[in-house]
Amino acid sequence: MQIYLPIAEVSVNAFLLLGLGGMVGVLSGMFGVGGGFLMTPLLFFIGIPPAVAVATEANQIVASSFSGVLAHVRRKSVDFRMGTVLLIGGLVGAALGVVLFNYLKSMGQVDLLVKLCYVVFLGVVGGLMFIESLNAIRKSRKAAVKPVRRKHGLVHALPFKMRFRVSGLYISVIPPLLVGLAVGILAAIMGVGGGFIMVPAMIYLLGMPTKVVVGTSLFQIIFVTAFTTMLHATTNFTVDVVLAVLLLVGGVIGAQIGTQIGARMKAEQLRILLAAMVLLVCGKLAFDLLVMPSELFSLGAAGGH
Amino acid sequence: MRWLWLILLWALPAQAQESIVADLSQSRVAITTTFTGSEILIFGAVKRDAPVISPDPLEAVITVAGPSAPVTVRKKARVAGIWINTAEVEVDAAPSFYAVKSTGPLYDVISYTEDLRHGISKDQAIRLVGFGSAIADPVEFREALVRIREAEGSYLRLESGVSLTEEALFRASVGLPANLVEGEYTVRIFLTRGREVVSTFETGIEVHKVGLERFLYNLAHNQPFIYGLMSLAIAIAAGWLASAAFRLLRR
Repeated sequence: MQIYLPIAEVSVNAFLLLGLGGMVGVLSGMFGVGGGFLMTPLLFFIGIPPAVAVATEANQIVASSFSGVLAHVRRKSVDFRMGTVLLIGGLVGAALGVVLFNYLKSMGQVDLLVKLCYVVFLGVVGGLMFIESLNAIRKSRKAAVKPVRRKHGLVHALPFKMRFRVSGLYISVIPPLLVGLAVGILAAIMGVGGGFIMVPAMIYLLGMPTKVVVGTSLFQIIFVTAFTTMLHATTNFTVDVVLAVLLLVGGVIGAQIGTQIGARMKAEQLRILLAAMVLLVCGKLAFDLLVMPSELFSLGAAGGH
Repeated sequence: MRWLWLILLWALPAQAQESIVADLSQSRVAITTTFTGSEILIFGAVKRDAPVISPDPLEAVITVAGPSAPVTVRKKARVAGIWINTAEVEVDAAPSFYAVKSTGPLYDVISYTEDLRHGISKDQAIRLVGFGSAIADPVEFREALVRIREAEGSYLRLESGVSLTEEALFRASVGLPANLVEGEYTVRIFLTRGREVVSTFETGIEVHKVGLERFLYNLAHNQPFIYGLMSLAIAIAAGWLASAAFRLLRR
């Protein structure tokens, strides 16, 4: 069944969109990631204009994170205080990101920026995760897990300390603000929630306990992506609600199935699979940038609005 | 008054001898949610006041043009190992859709000067101005524009797309693609003899979004703030409903 998307102004198969949403949903349910970093490039591949893909994906992430955060609130695994600090950084970052996005769009470099961001971040995160989970598998074979000692690094030396009771931390607000800022910029430019950056940052940089990390990051992501959606909707008019709803319905159902599959697998196996997938997407995008394209020319709307 | 007309007709024997009576299968195209493109049939007859004796056979060219808009054409080059956009040309006006159909090879049917005068071929319809002196070869950019639009089905050229029966009846069908831009589409019909235009006819097709498409598009552009809030609310509600429905199903 073909469906005409009112804002993207292209006609696509509705079942293709539902299927894409479902597939990414399964993966995101399995690995506990938002899946924005997979969905946005897939939307590019099926011919949705990049600006529409990024803005619509932000809208979809709001909705898919919303049902996720409700479950975490019920389990009391959301650190609202930490979430709010991350959020303040995130909102500033998102505003900066949209300004940068629009500036580069007028220069015709937005595709390059989006793709470079993907290659760099997916490469770094995927690579680190791959090495880390390989080590974890090797260690588990050798048995005997060493107790992890809390490190007192730079995070504890900075001023403006604040107590985060749920996380059991007493640290400066500067590192979480910066983490939020970086994630906000990425959310606006890449059309992702940024969970794949924020979760490792919260664990390794801020030293937050793993059980509150996912809920807290979802809490921050909802508001940052909602803000991004509004910015894209009011400055670029590129949010396609029909596209978002189709992806979402597939995504929510896929996520439920993915959670079931994920529950049956070992954590290290899951992480190594996720790392491989991230590296695969990264490799494909890097390949496209490095190899001479078959069409050197591209078209764009002139001059902006 | 009638005698004046007679004198005029007598004074202009070569012109107005053959005129076009034409119509379209539809003069309005509605873009609905399930729009997948539309086939427009252009048909008509040649009306003559007297038999025409000419050594050259009658030929026809039909063009359909979508609304024009400026387009930026960018060219990639390798910089530090990666391919990035380095040069750009602003095309002043390029139709979003352009189809040229004729009874034979275009320049067998019409002369180059007539093409220039009436702006029939794609190259005439695309206006190229405003490129900087840094661009060595602006024509390359126009060719790229045509090539890309042809690949996506927005620009069509069919040298046998018009069928002409007994020098009297003609018909052509033009497929409008699914990725149609809204606006007024112009249909032009040219009759030629000996590569000279002997008669022209022009009409329009209105292409509009209707229903939900119209509503969402207008809201997004006229009240973006409300549209943004609505998108968020709808997406959250849809996501919540889908997960609730799925949970019920599993029980």
